[in-house]
Amino acid sequence: MDLAFTKEEQAFREEVRSFFRDNVPPDTRRKLVEGRHLSKDEMVTWWRILNKKGWGVSHWPKQYGGTGWTSVQHYIFNEELQSYPAPQPLAFGVSMVGPVIYTFGNEEQKKQYLPRIANVDDWWCQGFSEPGSGSDLASLKTKAERKGDKWIINGQKTWTTLAQHADMIFCLCRTDATAKKQMGISFIVFSMKSKGVTVRPIQTIDGGVEVNEVFFDDVEVPYENLIGEENKGWDYAKFLLGNERTGIARVGVSKERLRRIRDLASKVESGGKPIIQDVAFRDKLAACEIELKALELTQLRVVADEGKHGKGKPNPASSVLKIKGSEIQQTTTELLMEVIGPFAAPYDVHGDDGSNEAMDWTAQIAPSYFNNRKVSIYGGSNEIQRNIIAKAVLGL
Amino acid sequence: MDFDLNEEQRLLKESIDGLLTDSYDFESRKKYMKEKGGWSRTVWGKLAEQGLLGLPFAEADGGFGGGGVETMIVMEALGKALVLEPYLATVVIGGGFLRHAGSDAQKAAHVPGIVDGSKTLAFAQLEKNSRYDLFDVTTTAKKKGDGWVIDGEKFVVLNGENADTLIVTARTKGERRDKSGIGVFLVPADAKGVARKSYPTQDGLHAADITFTGVEVGADAALGNPDDSLALIERVVDEARIALCAEAVGLMDESLKSTVEYIKTRKQFGVAIGSFQSLQHRASDMFVAAEQARSMSMFATMAADFEDAKERSNAVAAAKVQIGKSLKFVGQQAIQLHGGIGMTMEAKIGHYFKRLTMIENSFGDTDYHQRRVADGGGLI
Repeated sequence: MDLAFTKEEQAFREEVRSFFRDNVPPDTRRKLVEGRHLSKDEMVTWWRILNKKGWGVSHWPKQYGGTGWTSVQHYIFNEELQSYPAPQPLAFGVSMVGPVIYTFGNEEQKKQYLPRIANVDDWWCQGFSEPGSGSDLASLKTKAERKGDKWIINGQKTWTTLAQHADMIFCLCRTDATAKKQMGISFIVFSMKSKGVTVRPIQTIDGGVEVNEVFFDDVEVPYENLIGEENKGWDYAKFLLGNERTGIARVGVSKERLRRIRDLASKVESGGKPIIQDVAFRDKLAACEIELKALELTQLRVVADEGKHGKGKPNPASSVLKIKGSEIQQTTTELLMEVIGPFAAPYDVHGDDGSNEAMDWTAQIAPSYFNNRKVSIYGGSNEIQRNIIAKAVLGL
Repeated sequence: MDFDLNEEQRLLKESIDGLLTDSYDFESRKKYMKEKGGWSRTVWGKLAEQGLLGLPFAEADGGFGGGGVETMIVMEALGKALVLEPYLATVVIGGGFLRHAGSDAQKAAHVPGIVDGSKTLAFAQLEKNSRYDLFDVTTTAKKKGDGWVIDGEKFVVLNGENADTLIVTARTKGERRDKSGIGVFLVPADAKGVARKSYPTQDGLHAADITFTGVEVGADAALGNPDDSLALIERVVDEARIALCAEAVGLMDESLKSTVEYIKTRKQFGVAIGSFQSLQHRASDMFVAAEQARSMSMFATMAADFEDAKERSNAVAAAKVQIGKSLKFVGQQAIQLHGGIGMTMEAKIGHYFKRLTMIENSFGDTDYHQRRVADGGGLI
């Protein structure tokens, strides 16, 4: 057992850190620190910088543009990215549909889609959840019927993150209504510009518009847009969801936020002195930091295990990451609410142009708290995670 | 970065797990409890035979040169089997003082007896009002000729009843809560003026309250600098805390395992109660708590070698907090999920719960260590 990173790994961390320092647009970083939403342009600009460096799809196989890094290098890259902070790669393209295409797609599809995913020439969104299919995803009803060399798609998806920016969607569709529910699903990709696709924004409790409803009304899609085999979509979906095991803990994000809390708490006064000197507050902050330390170590255990034994068999500890990671993210936003106190109330009166730096930091704290309630719901709710632990780990 | 055991460590784990599987089932444990002093000399002898009592000592001192990871392996195994024998008091704490501060003569006098299992030690530190502050010492050691005269009262000294040698913290200078002026002394348990009042503890171990009245010891009794040994005490107690974290991980593993087994077999309403989602989720949360504890136990084990004493103690404090929170949850829910049977002395789960609970209140509880982390500027 050894906690230390090797010299090479430390040098790699330095390389990554200095690349972020020199290349992340300052305004992009500021907005992330303040918990603001980025524009499409700001995100795409950064991802193309990253892709030009060769780090856009770092975990893909080398032949498709990946880096060939070790699992520890991936860990370091993610941690530095999250804690700088810089925008994370667009998960829907890079972590979700990309690996499905290079694993199950044909040569034509790989050539057509992969380079465009890496450079975000296409913005992808995910068509999984439906109004009646949340945690019970396999009950989905969106239907794709084969007509000659086309699919005709009808139905509705929901919680489609950033669909308003999307060029492409990967969609789970029911292609065999007679089969058992997991068996009749196919994985189909198509353009969001297709006739019959309608996007309706959903405003969330933070006031933002991150998610949408997407309606399909006799959308015509070429048959060859099927990925892999017909009616095997559920397998690909499971592969996709199991792909990102360690990033979900978002340790770097929480670390960055805790540093910010410590910084703000030394400036904001309570009882005539900085709130960081308040014993009750400081205890709570320490409690959260300790939880995060434990999570970081748990994540390192998973990373080290993957490095040694490959990604084949999930480490039982990995199921801990989603639950604790989301709880801690939520706690950090609660602590920020506590620091800001009564100034949580004003709605974003100062705008997000950075012109009023003294007060800007207050504007997004309540929205960020509201927004972060989602992290224990998405990606398999924490209750689903507990079901997984009970069945897969404890054998209940 | 590596969290796996190496080949030798794996063999060590197999050998101690094997020994305890053979000799430490719950029924045998009940018999050991009834032996003199509340633990088994036979088992202790087996631990000595396997070299476990000499594990952390340098080879030059007759030990096996094991490090923190080796101690972690042993403590986890002892926890899993709910072992009564005084490994923590004798090898971890007593041995720790000798390793870090013992002169050659002191080591020659005490280490062989520990290694061969013929002698045990106890750490007489806690005082009536000191609670968890190691520098809060009123017991005095006054110079007399070349030696010392010790006066004071110590409480809840684990293995105090059986120990051959007591390691006593005592003040040579200054006031009650001064951080300097504290020494550590080796005192033969049968020295004139030592009075021991023994009793079993809640978790089935044995402890003693010990009064020192004009106890005279020689110049060679002082371990390290008699006027300034707080750093030494903190270091050894940190090692004890790390060992307790590992023991707690072993206890939690076994508590979770037997709880899961129980809810798989216990039937109500015609089905195994483990088929109910509310119980499944509770068990999953116990697993999460136990894994977080394991991570921090490993962290603390590796932190023992940190150069910076402040960084080390911060890491150990953080680990003790996580272990404290996890053990409370796992312990309480293990009883809850066992239902009525969990309330009985017949079932072993209650005994695990009791040992876990006592660990929380040893060498600083959750609040105490959380405050230490908070006052030390945090962890991030």
